Amino acid sequence: MDAILAQLLNGLDKGGAYALIALGLTLVFGTLGVVNFAHGALFMLGAFCAVAFRQLITMETVTIDPSQLSPWGAPLEIKTPLAQTWFGEFGAVMIEYSVPLSIVLAIPVMLIIGIAMERGIIKHFYKRSHAEQILVTFGLAIVAQEVIKAIFGPNPISQPMPTSLRGAADVGLWLGMGPNVLTYPWWRLLYFVFSAAIIAAVFAFLRFTTFGMVVRAGMADRETVGLLGINIGRRFTIMFGLAAVVAGLAGVMYTPLVPPNYHLGMDFLVLSFVVVVVGGMGSLPGAVAAGFLLGILQSFASMAQVKAMLPGIDQIIIYLTAVIILLVRPRGLIGRRGMMES
Amino acid sequence: MNALLTSRRDAITLAIFALVVLTMPVWLQPFGAAYPGLMQKFAIYAIFAIGFNILFGLTGYLSFGHAAFLGVGSYTAVWSFKLLTMDALPAIAFAIILSGLLAVVIGYLSLRRSGIYFSILTLAFAQMCYNLAYSVLTPITNGETSLQLNLQDPRIIDSALAPRPAGLPSASLFGHTFSGLQGFYFCAVMLLIAFFIAQKIFASPFGMMLRGIKSNQTRMNYTGFNTRPYALTAFVISGMYAGLAGALLAVTDPLAGAERMQWTASGEVVLMTILGGVGTLTGPVLGAWIIKYFENIFSAFNEQIVSRFFDFLPAGMHDVVVAVASKFVGEGWNLTLGLVFVLIVVFLPGGIMEGVRRITHMFDKSRRAPPTPARLSTQPAE
Amino acid sequence: MALLTRRRLLQTGMAGIIGTGIAPMMFTKGAWAQEFCNNPTGDTVTFGFNMPLTGAYADEGADQQRALTLAVEHLNGEGDGGLLPTFSSKSLTGKGVLGKKVAYVTGDDQTKADAGRDSARRMIERDGAIMICGASSSAVAIAEQALCQEMGVIYMAGLTHSNDTTGKDKKKYGFRHFFNAYQSGIALGPVLGEAYGKDRVAYHLTSDYTWGWTQEESMKNATEALGWKTITPVRTPVGAGDFSQYLTPVLNSGADVLILNHYGFDGVNSLTQAVQFGMKDKTVNGKKFEIVLPLVSDLMAKGAGEAMKGVYGTSNWDWQLKDAASAAFTKSFGAKYGQPPSQIAHTSYVQALLYADACERAGTFYPPEVIKALEGFEFDGMGNGPTLYRDTDHQCFKDVLVVQGKRAPTNQYDLLDVVATASKESVTYDPAIFGGELGPDTAAMC
Repeated sequence: MDAILAQLLNGLDKGGAYALIALGLTLVFGTLGVVNFAHGALFMLGAFCAVAFRQLITMETVTIDPSQLSPWGAPLEIKTPLAQTWFGEFGAVMIEYSVPLSIVLAIPVMLIIGIAMERGIIKHFYKRSHAEQILVTFGLAIVAQEVIKAIFGPNPISQPMPTSLRGAADVGLWLGMGPNVLTYPWWRLLYFVFSAAIIAAVFAFLRFTTFGMVVRAGMADRETVGLLGINIGRRFTIMFGLAAVVAGLAGVMYTPLVPPNYHLGMDFLVLSFVVVVVGGMGSLPGAVAAGFLLGILQSFASMAQVKAMLPGIDQIIIYLTAVIILLVRPRGLIGRRGMMES
Repeated sequence: MNALLTSRRDAITLAIFALVVLTMPVWLQPFGAAYPGLMQKFAIYAIFAIGFNILFGLTGYLSFGHAAFLGVGSYTAVWSFKLLTMDALPAIAFAIILSGLLAVVIGYLSLRRSGIYFSILTLAFAQMCYNLAYSVLTPITNGETSLQLNLQDPRIIDSALAPRPAGLPSASLFGHTFSGLQGFYFCAVMLLIAFFIAQKIFASPFGMMLRGIKSNQTRMNYTGFNTRPYALTAFVISGMYAGLAGALLAVTDPLAGAERMQWTASGEVVLMTILGGVGTLTGPVLGAWIIKYFENIFSAFNEQIVSRFFDFLPAGMHDVVVAVASKFVGEGWNLTLGLVFVLIVVFLPGGIMEGVRRITHMFDKSRRAPPTPARLSTQPAE
Repeated sequence: MALLTRRRLLQTGMAGIIGTGIAPMMFTKGAWAQEFCNNPTGDTVTFGFNMPLTGAYADEGADQQRALTLAVEHLNGEGDGGLLPTFSSKSLTGKGVLGKKVAYVTGDDQTKADAGRDSARRMIERDGAIMICGASSSAVAIAEQALCQEMGVIYMAGLTHSNDTTGKDKKKYGFRHFFNAYQSGIALGPVLGEAYGKDRVAYHLTSDYTWGWTQEESMKNATEALGWKTITPVRTPVGAGDFSQYLTPVLNSGADVLILNHYGFDGVNSLTQAVQFGMKDKTVNGKKFEIVLPLVSDLMAKGAGEAMKGVYGTSNWDWQLKDAASAAFTKSFGAKYGQPPSQIAHTSYVQALLYADACERAGTFYPPEVIKALEGFEFDGMGNGPTLYRDTDHQCFKDVLVVQGKRAPTNQYDLLDVVATASKESVTYDPAIFGGELGPDTAAMC
């Protein structure tokens, strides 16, 4: 029982990332009708916002201490982060909390990247075939990842989490199961809560604001909304920016879990498409539900007992689910009828 | 009359193409690419791209999982080497058959959907093959370690015919072991055959039917055609091409790794085809050559070479230009590839072949023989 | 004017390409007269260095590249000579090898067997490399070693720890200085028994390829000999990144030791994630939960940071060793790169020197003679104490270090503590246990 609960928690935290990425992808597809193969790259760019922020605030001054010698006999170099020299204690705290703080940097950066992408390239592709959209965004994804590789190098760069959030929470105790029965890392719990909050915010935004209402109307029937004299194009651009922000934030918070490298986006890309397809192309609740569902499925499939029954299932469960859904119920779990059905 | 003309033009194209391919060891010399390893790749990936183009170029179905067939081809060929004989022909035959069978299964299921759903389905199938090859199928694929020959392999036919040689054998053809350039010529001949078959398919009524699927599937259906068998045939043929390419990879180097099935490998053949020109015969070949050439040569450029290249610039500017330019070569050559690819998709959807057509059109309105691949492939090297 | 500039550009461009030797290397196959593959005819001899610059072991590859560059410098008489003065064989004089200056080409094997083999082949065919040195993954090493056997080029393996490299898949043309998983098991077993007791239950997470399999097997044998029990091991894909779904079940499985058969970034990730799961401060079965990382390097310890503290593992070499050779190498490497060398830097450097020395002693680059010079070669002064290159499997035998993540480091480089040394004799085994055949030494014509 504890084992199953632990695996469920793991699935929820994995699913959080999938759901966030799929949510952004669906926003773009639902509003703009564009299949964005560069969405994984946006996730990766978000992660590198965190890396860049940390590198910025940990830029170091090197002082040489002649009294100490390095192992090869040269004077020892002592490196002090500039932020600490300038802000003292506060600088140290900034470095400590660099990952959550980098959200402040990531939001505007991702918004600009998203809008630039839409205005620069993607808007020319609204009328072209899905195949061409895939190709151009695939190209963009390669460019983004290579730019990151050129700047930050090919190796993963680890982002330490704040000390206070290291280690595991005794979840079992909260559920009245006694101490030490069920523990789970704090940051992973936080990631789940964070993704749930973002998802709620996006849904609230679409439901309760006029802007959201217009966008939803536009998703349902773009032409009529246009006839009403509303500039739906500009709103769609902003939606693309918003999707980029959602992907980016998912990336920022992911960095302490797995050190990001330039390839992170491609690793998540296939997965996120599978999530979207399972949820139903263009359905926001579908994307979220499928994200969590696939996270949980993947987590359970990785258990030794399950692997013993179905060897290798942990490796293919996600794709297998996608194939079955696509063949049996092409509009996905909650997809709208007629959406992309052939 | 018209058909005769077409077939005559095809024959000329084939002749020129054959000349270009077979003289590669000569004309690639100045470009530093005339070593067997790379030339074999030119031939093999050209086959892969030609096959991919039969599906994507003619029917418009964008498969993101073609690397799976390549991988299956390689594995089959290596197993044929291990179990039966080092002769290349049985290996190739088995590889084509097996990848064809896999293509029937995947194609049958995937072609039930079109557009993006088709792409995702092929992607999902290919990723499943890749992940299985990596994990559960390890007894067959040897997983991450890669499938290789070893001294204990039975090689039933070979050992029945001749005493076992000391050491690992290499691939052979009717008892003649490939060495030096022979491996390349073998691949080159295969490429010519593959090219010839593709020509025939393009010119045939079947090819017309496939083009019909691309331009308007619904209309085809209304006229009473069931398009799916045609699309499936195209899918299987292109899967077999990929299997052939995979087998040749194993013939030139008897090792099969799971990486060659990964979806990024499928992405690469998409890049080749688009870069060269979708739906044209020579385009994908060109795309494959250019990408493989740059991967091998451009990526070997380092800052020193770039620095020497820009020697003529004044000192201050020189450093800046070198710093920027070196991001685009060497390890950064992928960046160049990505940028070129985006530009091509945006401005030149027909790829290099369309560019050539536009240029020749500008200079000369009257029709001439189609541009030869030789002239084209020398361009990017400058 | 415009024309002139363009001309100039073309000229310099072409000169650039030709000057660096990309153009002229077009296929020197014309020289059929050479009696073996890539017989160096000019006044230089080219070494091929092939290592992972991208992929799960890229960190290791970068250090490998540093060390090999340094080795070439020392062979050519530049720098402080490194290990040349301490090396027991005195045939290397710093004047290149057999009077030829050493040049080198590098390649990226991407931590993938396919790509590595491709790159090695390119170096042999295009660049005329006389030997290949490198790799940080056993899968890559085994693939390249087989290629080198075919091409008749000697392969000096870098970091490869699988038993298969000099066992089941050993080759006449392949040589390994690094130790293997079997030796890790022998060395680590007693230390674990003493530290954690005889009554333990181990949970293995294993990289799903040759190295992971053999290390899992060796560790299983070593710990079960102590009386430990083993829970069915779980295989994980290389480069998985997030191992959480494999780590979640560990705490509820009844195991009280987690053995991570992961290396490079995989090891760093799985170890830090395991610590995030609170595994280091848990109590299971009334005993403190422990994590073991059987193969560990400085680079991994640096990557894992805090998480590494107190964790046991084994190493081939450590820069903190006190002998003259280790100190000399650390000094030479540190002076050039501003950081101490890792074990992979050491083994790669030593391999390059050993090859050069063997050529000198053989008096030729002709591979079968060089192989004879390496086989059964006994040497010292390379940092591992007296070492034997065994002729039956081309495996080096020397002391194996048991290390532990340092709890109170004195400086930023002081990460591992050498807690025990398993003697050369204790880690020597009968080559027959792993089978395999070396194959012939006939010089192929590549």
